[in-house]
Amino acid sequence: MSSDRIVGIDLGTTNSLVAFMQGESPVVIPGDDGSNLVPSVVALDENNQPIIGNAARKHLTETPERAVYSIKRLMGRGVDDIQEELKFFPFRLAEDLQAGEVLRIKLGEKTFTPPEISALILRQLKRNAERFFGAPVSKAVITVPAYFNDAQRQATKDAGRIAGLEVLRLVNEPTAASLAYGLDKKQNGIVAVYDLGGGTFDISILKLHDGIFEVIATNGDTHLGGDDIDNLLITIALDDTLGDLGLDLRRNAEAVQAIRNAVIEAKIALSSQTSVKLDVELPGSQRYLREITREQFEQLIQPVIDRTIGPCKQALKDAGLKPEQIDEVVLVGGSTRIPKVRALVKELFHREPHTGLNPDEVVALGAAVQANILGGGSEATENMLLLDVTPLSLGIEVAGGVTDKIILRNSTIPASSTQFYTTQVDGQANVAIHVLQGERELAKDCRSLARFDLKGIPPMAAGMARIEVKFLIDANGILHVSAREQRSGKEAEIQVQPSYGLTDEQVEGMILDSFDSAEEDFRQRQVIEARNEAVTILAALDKGKKSPAWGHLTTDEKKKIAKMEKALIAVRAEDDYQAIRKAIDALNQGTTRLAELMMDSAVSTVLKGKTMDEADMGEGPTAPHPMAKAEFE
Amino acid sequence: MRAVHFCESCGKVQPPAPVDYFTFFALPRKLNLDVAALEKDFYELSRKLHPDLSAQAGSQEQEWSLQQSSLLNDAYRTLKDPIKRTQYLLKLEGVELEEQSKSATEQARSTGELKKQIVPPDLLEEVFELNLQLEELRTQKKMGEDDPALTEEIGRQKLELEQKLEELLRELKYRWEMWDGMIQRAYNGQPVSEEERKQERDKMVDLLNRRNYIRNLVRDVNEALEN
Repeated sequence: MSSDRIVGIDLGTTNSLVAFMQGESPVVIPGDDGSNLVPSVVALDENNQPIIGNAARKHLTETPERAVYSIKRLMGRGVDDIQEELKFFPFRLAEDLQAGEVLRIKLGEKTFTPPEISALILRQLKRNAERFFGAPVSKAVITVPAYFNDAQRQATKDAGRIAGLEVLRLVNEPTAASLAYGLDKKQNGIVAVYDLGGGTFDISILKLHDGIFEVIATNGDTHLGGDDIDNLLITIALDDTLGDLGLDLRRNAEAVQAIRNAVIEAKIALSSQTSVKLDVELPGSQRYLREITREQFEQLIQPVIDRTIGPCKQALKDAGLKPEQIDEVVLVGGSTRIPKVRALVKELFHREPHTGLNPDEVVALGAAVQANILGGGSEATENMLLLDVTPLSLGIEVAGGVTDKIILRNSTIPASSTQFYTTQVDGQANVAIHVLQGERELAKDCRSLARFDLKGIPPMAAGMARIEVKFLIDANGILHVSAREQRSGKEAEIQVQPSYGLTDEQVEGMILDSFDSAEEDFRQRQVIEARNEAVTILAALDKGKKSPAWGHLTTDEKKKIAKMEKALIAVRAEDDYQAIRKAIDALNQGTTRLAELMMDSAVSTVLKGKTMDEADMGEGPTAPHPMAKAEFE
Repeated sequence: MRAVHFCESCGKVQPPAPVDYFTFFALPRKLNLDVAALEKDFYELSRKLHPDLSAQAGSQEQEWSLQQSSLLNDAYRTLKDPIKRTQYLLKLEGVELEEQSKSATEQARSTGELKKQIVPPDLLEEVFELNLQLEELRTQKKMGEDDPALTEEIGRQKLELEQKLEELLRELKYRWEMWDGMIQRAYNGQPVSEEERKQERDKMVDLLNRRNYIRNLVRDVNEALEN
């Protein structure tokens, strides 16, 4: 048994999180800015070094040509699939894209595939976890929308590998949420998970039975979410400025981004207020002002949220259930904070939805639960087992361009199907198989997954060969194909041409600084981070010495602090990050009373127990914020 | 009786034995089946065979676990559904169901023809009439016209077809009794002639073909009404 910590990762359209099982309950690991959510934004700085998360967000407005968000929308997709996306998202495709090639996005002068950009986000989460544990992390469970197809899943797995993570399992987001919910509730019954996130929608219906989480049906739309609502509001603002001011901002990435930030804020505010005022500064020192009432907002978004009705009804139908038979509806995803969405869910399922979970965090928490189960389990997860399904039917193209379905949607995975093929002409050595995913009758309306060429069939008369081809969907929802010629017993060679996606060699070449997970690199990073922290706390201490609070300490206390300060300065220059951390912790402990004294008496009661490092608010949060530094007299 | 799925002493998953779905669950080849007990068995086996439980094990054990649990899931999916269960048993008995059989699919594949649809003779007239009405409905919808009388008439026929489906399922369940009785007799050592076996099979094949045909018809009606 390996004792490696396995983390759970929610790789979201808007935000990403990493969590792990601490004792009996899952917890989110915060980033170094203290925030649980890492915005799924990647930017390149002027030295082409990647910046991820909150720190990258300001680049969206300042250097939009060097930043990207919502990359999840492009995972596992081809150029033809994303024409709609390109109208609304400022994705800049590489100019030299070849037909059939995996998409590449431009950041500054460099180009990246969507899995590479996702990998940068994953690597940030990995580092956050490593910093938290003080040990390397190399294994993860990553969540994906339940309705993700094979190519989108494969792209996510590739992203993990590029980030230096062994992806032990891809878990469907609504199912992960149900694990977190079930861990808490421990009740048998039928649960529906309605998951409306930043860019994807999923509905999953599960049967919870003595620790078994059996998905009965799932449905969704991998291009439906809060992003679509934002785009509606942005379009209106752009129309307004064009109409009223004659100002065409559609090509002005900075202005569009400023408007985007403002409408997102307004959207969030409208969940708790009945009206909100938009106020955006436009180029040419003009301002865009507009009031939006909740009523107007709800009218506007109705068509978007109505698109969740069809999948919900289909899932109920597939499960063979009536809304009344659902015991609880669990809400997941930031967009379910919108009152109108909650009203819609209530109408669909004839009951008040369960809102007791943090819709932003529950998927990551569930991923941590699954990571714990895969790691061998603990008392809390004993007896817990997830039985998930494949969201889309798997088919093969047969004569006439028709899809012959061989594994139906909502089949519990792993699932398999064995098909037999033969040859049409004497001595035929190859047979081509076209694998499809989707519900439509005609092959052209389904998603092409891959073309398989069975090669090396021993020479025989036409129709004599009997080639057994086994299609297997694994627990990640990813397809595997193997073939055997039955008469000769020879394994037939399979050559796969994925319709979308990277080859193994390509992924290999992309692995981010392949030594990233190596001990030495990890250690060096830890040393640098520990040193930085030492600088921060020593500076804070200098400040403390100058404050009146210093005078209130006893000579003995001051002596002790001075000793610890010396100790930290001494180890700081060394390469032993554990020693530096120890010295930091000691100094932090030793200065608790100083920190308390430094606070205003009213504040000190609130912050009791906080260490000086945390209490020293003079530095301000590390995340960028629009406020100027406060002045004190 | 049950195939060995995991080692009794160490609990490790074993490579899957090439068994049929009934044997996998240690069930006789009978068609009446306690679905609740099957579910319980399915959950119990899942707790031992699912790949989640061998995520940290060696690659060989992981591979076996993947094979075993896919076999478990395929078997459960097939046996819990009355129609799929009947079709599967007939396949084990060597019957190729005319319409959805692999050979028909393969033939269609090689000749480029669509799969054959056999119209049950006693339904011929009714189906002919219904198809005409559906065609009319589609034409009307294309022109943006609406004929409530026609829609109502088609809706009525749809109800009738659905009733027929239920009736067929009842008939099928009656055939199950006959089949299971025969299997039980053979198990008790009484002679069962190949002729009798064939007769029972043929009756079920006929019922399944009729059911399949009517189900497709209901699907066509639904599509015509919805579009």
